[in-house]
Amino acid sequence: MNSLNDCRQLEELIVAGFGGQGVLSLGMTLAYAGMVENKEISWMPSYGPEMRGGTANCIVILSENKISSPILSQFDSAIVLNQPSMDKFAPRLKPGGLLLYESGNIFKPSTREDIDIIGIPATTEALKMKNAKTMNMIMLGAYLQLKPVVQNDSILEALAKVLPEKYHHLLPINRQALELGEALAREMKTQPV
Amino acid sequence: MTEYKLMKGNEALAEAAILAGCDAYFGYPITPQSEVLEYLAREMPKHNRIVMQAESEVASINMVYGAAGAGFRAMTSSSSPGISLMQEGISYIAGAELPCLLVNVNRAGPGLGTIQPGQGDYFQSTKGGGHGDYRMIVLAPASVQEMADFVFLGFDLADQYRNPVLILSDGAIGQMMEKVKFKPYTRPQTDKSSWATTGKPKTRGRNYITSLHIQPEKMEEHNKHLEEKFRKIRENEVRFEEINTSDADYLFVAYGLSARICQKAMDIARQKGIKAGLLRPITLYPYPYQRLNELASQVKMLLSVELNSGQMVEDVRLAVNGKRPVEFYGRMGGMMPTPEEIVHHLETLIQYHHVN
Repeated sequence: MNSLNDCRQLEELIVAGFGGQGVLSLGMTLAYAGMVENKEISWMPSYGPEMRGGTANCIVILSENKISSPILSQFDSAIVLNQPSMDKFAPRLKPGGLLLYESGNIFKPSTREDIDIIGIPATTEALKMKNAKTMNMIMLGAYLQLKPVVQNDSILEALAKVLPEKYHHLLPINRQALELGEALAREMKTQPV
Repeated sequence: MTEYKLMKGNEALAEAAILAGCDAYFGYPITPQSEVLEYLAREMPKHNRIVMQAESEVASINMVYGAAGAGFRAMTSSSSPGISLMQEGISYIAGAELPCLLVNVNRAGPGLGTIQPGQGDYFQSTKGGGHGDYRMIVLAPASVQEMADFVFLGFDLADQYRNPVLILSDGAIGQMMEKVKFKPYTRPQTDKSSWATTGKPKTRGRNYITSLHIQPEKMEEHNKHLEEKFRKIRENEVRFEEINTSDADYLFVAYGLSARICQKAMDIARQKGIKAGLLRPITLYPYPYQRLNELASQVKMLLSVELNSGQMVEDVRLAVNGKRPVEFYGRMGGMMPTPEEIVHHLETLIQYHHVN
């Protein structure tokens, strides 16, 4: 095994929020899409007391090479869905990293100037779609627009695998949510800061 | 071509148990390994295998004792406090020379501790957690793939040596998801008819399963027989992985999750110009003493990294036998060191020893 190659990981991402916001399934969908593309992947969830009513998070690593540590302290990107996660993980982004946050839940985004900070009103948009649970997929869509670490087709294939079969009637609305997220992020990107 | 699946370590281990032909699983739920029981409770009946949630861990291990004695492939799994409860049964199984597979998804302790990952059960696993002179083969997976692979290996080694085999994992490896491939498996032919209690035909005498040898002479004879078996295990079953050891000045020694974190630490150290390597013991018993002793001649310092207060480091010191400084770094209580933290500690030690 060549260790120096192992170091060049494609993407080291943390997804964090309240339990029930779809943090773990967001990460799992991305991990699955990575597997569809024959990438090396790891999905490391927080488990235990912090999940019960508190915060939930998962670390997702996508790489062309074998993944060393599934546990990291610094990240290329963060998707944060509540204020405690913003406060905890914004300082842990590498310089030049991407901080994507849900602007309906987070009122005090980080003031760091060496990273890209983008807010997406995913909760409001999900409510407009009459399904609050699609919030996580709107965030995932926005993330993939800004960081196309996997192909669209792979995400759609992953979605069908991650969503249990009894919920497959919800596949179309999840797809819509992904597309909506992409569109929102596109708008954000074109707006002058 | 076998396809990859995305699975939790615990689920991959459970699926492997089915594919390895596990006839019977007995267990009791405990975090962070409950997925094993859940998965098997759902899937085993489809394959006409036995799965039972026992009333306690004490009951589980004794059911394993019974099923293994009757010649079946039997297993149980638990996490640290549950494994403590099983120790009496494990000692009996080892004494009676029965093959079975045990799984400990290690959490932090002592006592009930916390459900986060730990490696505090190293001593219990490798030095005889139960009473009397016995050893288990201990396999330490560092990935979801190995959680699956070691089930096949574990059952086969158990049959080969008529001895319990322990897979010592941890909460992180159990809970994380990675891709996993189930390789085609052919079960080695093992003839259990000379000892298993399968019903006595007229053609042979009675098969006895016991760990009781009341006459000291007989007991010592049995002890010697067991020792001979453990000697063979030490000779033939040492397994380890080396990464970047050929030019290493500093050697990390770590198993399981710690080894994964150390791999990243090693990469960071090398980017800083520190030639670090890693020896990852795959079998914790038997331990790779000899290889560590060889490597000690070549490196300037060894650093054992563990999720405990310093347990495996004692085996590293035994192996190195004073040739070089052997240092330790650990986190406890379910906390995990970051790769950067380990590198920082390594840099401090290098300065301290002036070995650069």
